[in-house]
Amino acid sequence: MEKAIKKYWPIFVLPTLAAFSIGFIYPFLQGLYLSFCKFITIDNATWNGIKNYLYAFTDEAFLHSFFFSAGFTIVSTLLINVIAFAIALALTRNIKGTNLFRSVYFLPNLIGGIVLGYIWQILINCALALLEKPLLAVNPTFGFWGLIILMCWQQIGYMMIIYIAGLQSIPSDYLEAARIDGANEWQILTKVKIPNVMPSITICLFLSVTNGFKLFDQNLALTAGEPGHMTEGLALNIYDTFYGRVGPQWKGYGQAKAVIFCVLVIVISLIQLRATRSKEVQQ
Amino acid sequence: MTKKKSIFDTILSIFLGILSLAWIYPVFMILFNSLKSEQHISTSSIFELPTVESFVGLDNYLNAINAKGFMTAFWYSLVITVSSLVLILICCSMCAWYITRVKSKLSNACYYLFVFSMVVPFQMLMFTLSATADRIGLSNPYNICIIYLGFGAGLAVFMFCGFMKSVPLEIEEAAMIDGCNPLQIFFLIVLPILKPTLISVGILETMWLWNDYLLPYLVLDRTKGYTTIPIFIQYFKGSYGKVEMGPMMASIMLTVLPIIIVYIFCQKYIIKGVVAGAVKG
Repeated sequence: MEKAIKKYWPIFVLPTLAAFSIGFIYPFLQGLYLSFCKFITIDNATWNGIKNYLYAFTDEAFLHSFFFSAGFTIVSTLLINVIAFAIALALTRNIKGTNLFRSVYFLPNLIGGIVLGYIWQILINCALALLEKPLLAVNPTFGFWGLIILMCWQQIGYMMIIYIAGLQSIPSDYLEAARIDGANEWQILTKVKIPNVMPSITICLFLSVTNGFKLFDQNLALTAGEPGHMTEGLALNIYDTFYGRVGPQWKGYGQAKAVIFCVLVIVISLIQLRATRSKEVQQ
Repeated sequence: MTKKKSIFDTILSIFLGILSLAWIYPVFMILFNSLKSEQHISTSSIFELPTVESFVGLDNYLNAINAKGFMTAFWYSLVITVSSLVLILICCSMCAWYITRVKSKLSNACYYLFVFSMVVPFQMLMFTLSATADRIGLSNPYNICIIYLGFGAGLAVFMFCGFMKSVPLEIEEAAMIDGCNPLQIFFLIVLPILKPTLISVGILETMWLWNDYLLPYLVLDRTKGYTTIPIFIQYFKGSYGKVEMGPMMASIMLTVLPIIIVYIFCQKYIIKGVVAGAVKG
């Protein structure tokens, strides 16, 4: 049978592979090459060695955006997962209104990042104006926490759905056996429920960490990096280096930053998958 | 014990109820402000419900719809989402079937390449991808689906591969003995079995395609007036001079409402799709 299918590869694999080459492989390799070049358009690229990388590592705005992204990722990952897990625990107790609550919490996920950013910008700015505090565009602390609130609002529902599925797949005999053995609710939670939902925790942590680092739309719409690049995440900093500046050197710098960013995201994903996978138990 | 538990559950219910009211408040706020007249939307009155004097009915909505470019942006968003979705579902499921059924070093390499592409951030390719698209004429709303197929293939192929293992090999072999060629096997046997998976992948991809901002913003040729809804909303906000709050809120509602309506009707599938996508992902 394998042989028969093999002959049909131009129909089955070629369309996807051709589009994948145009949409991913070719731009990716070209991006790698261009990160060592000075260019405005692709045709006039000239070799520049590792100067772009040297610049990227000494660019203060880039380093600041790295720490901003890292801080944002840590805080948002913790908050999102703790709250989502707590809500998932509450919603698996068969209380009244479970379905309605679940639908409502999930809703913000379906709205795009740009629109979400504007909704919250209006809301937060008006609230700040009423309290006579400085607006988002001038206060980086509020910008940071505004982004955290926005991300929590968007992501908690998604993670909650995954946790609920994980909690519901725990065999009920485990819980009964633990109760018969005299375990209290806290022991059941830490000794039975959490080890058994470890796969869900792996996925949710993975998703929220990569989402945190890749954050772009929300960042652009809510604060656009104001004031003075203080609330700029890595992705937005790269975008700004590419398209926000005039001069022949900037695109090369931007591409080098993008390669660094890409390597960073890949390394984080690998470390994290390894770290949490080892804590999983067999069911 | 049971009485104590039921009191606790009631308190929990009430708490979650209050929380869910807070959860929909931002959307609700945009909704009631979009029904107010322009001069009644200000920082001091934004938290007030519309009154008889500030209520203007659907005026803001008519203004938003009549604003230059809104309906075209809506149309382009729809074209891009539907064409890319169809292309991704058909091509990627075929590719995934081939990769799982034909075991060779090459198909394995393809699989890992697809997985790798899921992790790479868009900023890595944004400049080169938009230049490539421009050069080979994919920078309009009718051809951009090829870019989406390429860039979105990673997730789709990965998910389809995960589900392909649940398709029993025996049925396919039986069909082959009965004289089906691989194309018939795929379209008459495998695809119907994959229907729930198609829905799951379709929902995840639609959520991404409809809301995507940076890719169409960079790839589409804006000098020819090609915009999508997320890009258009940004124009409303970012245009010079005074921001028209009323029409802007109305246009936000117009983009959110279709999503909410679809969500109300397909909730079951959407939530299933998210779970399936996450468990395999």
